[in-house]
Amino acid sequence: MTDVIPDALKDERIKPVSPLRRALIRPELGGICGTILVFLLFAVVAGDSGMFAAEGVMNWTVVSAQFMVIAVGACLLMIAGEFDLSTGSMIGFSGVMMAILSVHIGVPLWLAIIATFVFCILVGGVNGWLVIRTGLPSFIVTLAFLYILRGLTIWGSIYFTRQTIIGGVAEKAASDWLAPLFGGKILGGLFTWMGEMGWIATFTRGNRAGQPVIDGIPMLVVWAIVLVVFGHWLLTRTKFGNWIFAAGGDALAARYVGVPVNRVKILMFMFSAFCACVFATCQVMEFGSAAADRGLLKEFEAIICVVIGGALLTGGYGSVIGAALGAVIFGVVQQGLFFANAESSLFRVFLGVILLTAVIMNTYIRRIITGER
Amino acid sequence: MSAIVEMRNITKHFGHVIALAGVSFDIRPGECHCLLGDNGAGKSTFIKIMSGVYKPSGGEVLVEGAPTLFQSPRDAMTAGIATVYQDLAMIPLMSVSRNFWMGREPERGVWPFKTFDTGKADEITVAEMRKMGINLRGPDQAVGTLSGGERQTVAIARAVYFGAKVLILDEPTSALGVRQTANVLSTIDRVRKQGIGVVFITHNVRHALAVGDRFTVLNRGQTLGTAERGTVDAAALQDMMAGGQELALLEASLGGTI
Repeated sequence: MTDVIPDALKDERIKPVSPLRRALIRPELGGICGTILVFLLFAVVAGDSGMFAAEGVMNWTVVSAQFMVIAVGACLLMIAGEFDLSTGSMIGFSGVMMAILSVHIGVPLWLAIIATFVFCILVGGVNGWLVIRTGLPSFIVTLAFLYILRGLTIWGSIYFTRQTIIGGVAEKAASDWLAPLFGGKILGGLFTWMGEMGWIATFTRGNRAGQPVIDGIPMLVVWAIVLVVFGHWLLTRTKFGNWIFAAGGDALAARYVGVPVNRVKILMFMFSAFCACVFATCQVMEFGSAAADRGLLKEFEAIICVVIGGALLTGGYGSVIGAALGAVIFGVVQQGLFFANAESSLFRVFLGVILLTAVIMNTYIRRIITGER
Repeated sequence: MSAIVEMRNITKHFGHVIALAGVSFDIRPGECHCLLGDNGAGKSTFIKIMSGVYKPSGGEVLVEGAPTLFQSPRDAMTAGIATVYQDLAMIPLMSVSRNFWMGREPERGVWPFKTFDTGKADEITVAEMRKMGINLRGPDQAVGTLSGGERQTVAIARAVYFGAKVLILDEPTSALGVRQTANVLSTIDRVRKQGIGVVFITHNVRHALAVGDRFTVLNRGQTLGTAERGTVDAAALQDMMAGGQELALLEASLGGTI
């Protein structure tokens, strides 16, 4: 082979790639199309129901943000080649843990929150360590933790309080410095001003008359945005992001060139636990209580968001932005069906169909990328 | 010229199995030393000791004259010994550039906002690949779209760029077609001319003879000596690999076609 001949060879062998095909292999494509489609659909069927008025927008934004928070963790973990099925149980567990610590044991709420975060992240680390050390599929290891954590949550809740719903967190949160980071709202002034300007609706009766229907952006939404931006930056712009792709793409090949695959995977399990904790804390602060059955099935919803967002179940490929769009689709459809007065059980039918479509599309796209037939 | 890496009387036991029973081998700068052997001859075990995956049960590894014991593949890489495995070289879903820099990503900015310097990474990747005779559609082209030979070449280019003094190629041509094999063999020649010692593992005598300067044959965990280029022919090497006797019989029945 000389330096001249290969040019000629290359040109005859490689077909030019059309911009469409190039766009098709971006993982976010499915998410973008889906989002547009879903908004168009509900603009038609529920356009006059208040879904796109300020209150309605805030409604589905919050629901989408919930999905987003756990989807970011699930997304990075899935790209690193693993699953976490314990996310939902972790949400229930961390909520109950911080409520028991603060309400029944009397620990200051800020300390209870920090202790819960530390403990849950450690549990995430144990998840990862077990997966690495035993070589078992993460599906099995985290399935075990799904049951272990849920069982401990219910047992602990009944043991300490004789009930499965623990109230009284709201009172503790009122004077706490850390709680507003999860339960507070920001930009209240902006919404008051927008209400005064007549851009958004205001209450016309009652003791809040004259105040805008939305009194700020919940911290949950802020967390969702921060986590998505951080996750996207980490994945696409840093060295560690390259290691996440490598660990999920082919752990052995990555190891041979010196990528610390074990560390990457364990850290991603810990990050997934962190996201579950953020979700739980925001929820506890919002409701002022914790319940042992919170977070049921959230692990699967997170995985669905990630898959809709274009990630491959086998790891090594995906996008945080895609997962965030998956969460938006999820939230808009769940709330949109409500606004459209549709039977809510249809939501599950929709979920099943969209999941199947997304997986089939992803498999096709993977074939394009790797050039398999 | 003195050897970069010298392996003296290496033995390796796995439980009761003796995989290597005293193998000596050395690699000098700018040569292609072929390690030949049939399946199960101990080639893989031997290069895994050389690249730090296994520790030898006995014998000595000398790197530039100094006795060395590699604790991990990382140690061997630091000492300038790079290994390109046949099927584990690349991650198909990732771009050429991301594969090229995997594990050694260039960074810019200050902690904790250090970012992967993709501009620099892409530029160097394209330049290095061009030197090896591969014109990429773009640095973001997925490795999955490259042919087997091109993937080997990316892996070789990567090892060379990161300062390998010894390049171990584990059966780089065994799964390739005729043209791709020719490409890989010419890449070996190109690398050798840069002063890098190439250890070329193969069981294909013709591929070995095409580029090899010296030939060492392993058979049942033992070395049958090292031959210089020009002192052996294909038939002799083939005989040594198979242990002589049986193949002579087979060859007769097949009319000398293997």
